[in-house]
Amino acid sequence: MNIGVVVFPGSNCDHDCQYVFRDVLGQDVTMVWHKEKSVSGLDAIILPGGFSYGDYLRTGAIARFSPVMEAVKEYAEEGGLVLGICNGFQILLEAGLLPGAMLRNDSLHFICRDVHVKVENAATPFTGACESGQVLKIPIAHADGHYYADPVTAASLKANAQVVFRYCTPDGCVTMEANPNGSLDNIAGICNAAGNVLGMMPHPERCAESVLGNDDGRMILASVVERLKKRR
Amino acid sequence: MKAKIHVTLKQGILDPQGKAIEHALETLGFKNAANVRVGKYLELDLDERDRAKAEVEVKSMCEKLLANTIIEEYRFELT
Repeated sequence: MNIGVVVFPGSNCDHDCQYVFRDVLGQDVTMVWHKEKSVSGLDAIILPGGFSYGDYLRTGAIARFSPVMEAVKEYAEEGGLVLGICNGFQILLEAGLLPGAMLRNDSLHFICRDVHVKVENAATPFTGACESGQVLKIPIAHADGHYYADPVTAASLKANAQVVFRYCTPDGCVTMEANPNGSLDNIAGICNAAGNVLGMMPHPERCAESVLGNDDGRMILASVVERLKKRR
Repeated sequence: MKAKIHVTLKQGILDPQGKAIEHALETLGFKNAANVRVGKYLELDLDERDRAKAEVEVKSMCEKLLANTIIEEYRFELT
């Protein structure tokens, strides 16, 4: 498979994504500079974490106008798999590829630590290797991760099973204490109605090898590869 | 023409920065201050003499980039 990792000015998790897909999962990886106008030939697209354009104005607000984003939009509309991690999730929201918006963490702190998330929908291309209700330990690292959607949007996310991950306790209880940033309904990740675009705040690429003490994140990235193999 | 643009979080959306500032003001003894909301102020020069056209242009800038209308509202003046 050929996995595309988009590189914006200020991306800083792009090489981690490249490393996991290439060296851990054995796939080809193409780094796609944000000025590219085409993403043809790619089997999936990753929008990595970081601080694209220095988070100026709002997180993701300027990156969404990068030339490559037009191509990513078309790619997503045609059913291509797009995964946005952290800043990548913020960019997908600003681009309108996913509904809702990000607010500052309600503690105002930049939070960098492991959290637990519950897999609410194991039927997406990004969670196929997970069990429904499974708890994954994955680190977050963000200041703007408080997910917000208006009540109508929130209800439709729920009704269509678009809430894919929710912050929870280590034993899988979705509680206020387990919510690190104030996100609506403990939301940590959502997909679009078609299920081919996923945004998530936790960083699966940072915990994809047992030598690092945790490989829960590997399941998410490996799910993408497995889905692509089935497609062929 | 100069555009002066204010972008703030919509009413009803939690503004933790505003809350933190409100507490700080209270600590300083400004007991009368309440409901602090933090926003952004932008100003820009516009090469346009027609006021109506300038309004349309600035509104479009706000809708497309300067504000995220899911969470923010904006207002501007032209001088």
